Amino acid sequence: MTDAIQGSPKPLRLDVGKIMDEVLEPSPMQKLRKRIFKNHSFLAGAAILIFIILVAVLAPIFQYMDLIHDPYDQDLAKRLQNPFWHTYLWGCKETFDLACWSLERIPEEQWGRAKYDPTHLLGTDKVGRDYLARLVFGAQVSLMIGFCCVLISGIIGTVLGVTAGYFGGRVDMVVNFLINTRLAMPVFLVAMAAVVAFGASIYVVILVLGLFLWDQFAVVMRSITMQARDLNYVEAARAMGCSTPYIIVREIFPNVLSSLTVVATVEMANAILLEAALSFLGFGVQAPTPSWGLMLNEAREYMFFSPWLLALPGACLFFLVLAINLFGDGLRDVTLDRER
Amino acid sequence: MLIYALKRTGVAFLILVVVSGLTFSLSHLSANPALTIAGEQASEADIQAVIKLYGFDRPIYVQYFDWLGRALSGDFGESYHYKAPVIEMISDRIGRTMLLGTLAILFALIISIPLGTLAAMRPNSLIDRFALLVAVFGQALPTFWFALMMMIVFGVWFRMLPVSGHTDWAHYVMPTIALGYYATPALMRLTRAGMIEVLASDYIRTARAKGLPPYIVLFKHALRNAIIPVVALAAVWFGFMLGGSIVIETIFNLKGIGWLSYDALLRSDLPVVQAIVLIFASFYVVLTLLADLLNAYLDPRISVK
Repeated sequence: MTDAIQGSPKPLRLDVGKIMDEVLEPSPMQKLRKRIFKNHSFLAGAAILIFIILVAVLAPIFQYMDLIHDPYDQDLAKRLQNPFWHTYLWGCKETFDLACWSLERIPEEQWGRAKYDPTHLLGTDKVGRDYLARLVFGAQVSLMIGFCCVLISGIIGTVLGVTAGYFGGRVDMVVNFLINTRLAMPVFLVAMAAVVAFGASIYVVILVLGLFLWDQFAVVMRSITMQARDLNYVEAARAMGCSTPYIIVREIFPNVLSSLTVVATVEMANAILLEAALSFLGFGVQAPTPSWGLMLNEAREYMFFSPWLLALPGACLFFLVLAINLFGDGLRDVTLDRER
Repeated sequence: MLIYALKRTGVAFLILVVVSGLTFSLSHLSANPALTIAGEQASEADIQAVIKLYGFDRPIYVQYFDWLGRALSGDFGESYHYKAPVIEMISDRIGRTMLLGTLAILFALIISIPLGTLAAMRPNSLIDRFALLVAVFGQALPTFWFALMMMIVFGVWFRMLPVSGHTDWAHYVMPTIALGYYATPALMRLTRAGMIEVLASDYIRTARAKGLPPYIVLFKHALRNAIIPVVALAAVWFGFMLGGSIVIETIFNLKGIGWLSYDALLRSDLPVVQAIVLIFASFYVVLTLLADLLNAYLDPRISVK
């Protein structure tokens, strides 16, 4: 039996999948998957972004499980605790002197004490609130402001842009004038003035920024709609007697969608940075809400002795905006099928 | 061309009227200016007297056109808090803001043009990747945090630069870098894209074929053409930077009009805020108008369209 098999010629094995891969063009889905996995910056951006969103969403659960402290819990006995790395890096006198030799005039007992409590991993702020918890809940504020602003401004900008691009003529002229007027307004100054007028709260900030950041949406949507308007299938739909709203929603809008998401990421990053700057100057989210910009504002007076109070919220802000930008840039490269 | 220029100027003027009208109504809608002027402890009679004196009982559009008419002749009213003419308060400080803005845009151009050019000469090389990294990081770095970190490192640790004030050149170093780096990514990307396009054009091939030295081809033939849109964008960015100067001037205590607007908003000093909004908007409108007219002059097709 075995001899017979060994003696017979080897059966021809066909690797069907491999041959099909070589003969057939890859499907659009395969192409897309390949582009996504080749785009490292997109993957990195998406990974950081998903991590931050997960942390922000799961923050109340972490708190419930006692993994992090309550961000509002004050403990005046444990003010300005050092983060964990202080004990290791700046624990001994020599490295401490090296790191901030301008502070040598300060008496030794003020910095020599190891002010570190293992339950506060990233230390505490000026009223003894846990810094890690405040950073985690600060992510919620930033992300919420980013999402809500983009939602408001995206709707305004898309409606204006698509209408202008589709109808052209006078409508286009009016929308163009609106865009130029909006661009001429110094956003930051007017946002500050609006906060003064209507009172500082997270909702006023969301509303003001949402009503201001629609310009880029309108500009991009307008130019894409203008191109899509003259496409064959749009004209076919018009010839078939489809109503204008139907054509705009079913024929034009799918064209606009990928650019819409790209602009949305840019504007989201913009809104987050603006909110942080507003809160930093005291014209945004108010204490005791843990907003990264507000934390920077509160940390300013401790610049000399506890610079990490300034470094941490800013670093969080930097990584969030970096992740959103990388994600947006990658999304543009992945969805718009073109060579760089 | 003349008709186009007149039309554009008319639109620019209309934009200014709308922007100032919006700000005016915004600041008068909710805030109570009479209470601000009279003070928290003022009696009802005092407040009524202030309302009469400043004319707050008139309809808002009457107040607006009254204000606009006087603003056009350079009279922005009097500061509620300092009781000084707004125009004087602004003209005392605007020089510092203009100096800061100019230095910042020069800093951005000095970084972005060489980096963009080098990146365009060798696409996908190490230097191109480095330039991309600078652009991506620069876009994500919050201006005010960058400023604070510079203060800690160069002001507190190394004591190289002063952290606040505006008396000599050293005070402008950190604000310039903090404000200027923000414009760098956009300008660098435009330089790179423009240079890549120009370097692939026929006249560059001709110049090279003639046997001209590479640096002459690069500087005289390529860069000169690629730089025009960059300079136009830099002009627009200058307008944006005036807005960014609010945070930077406040952090470094550099008393220009950005700082003045922050101070005025803290005190609800409406005339000052309105005047500064109008000045910032005019800067943006005039700069874009000039850029548009320059483009129309260089490319006559635009004015016909």
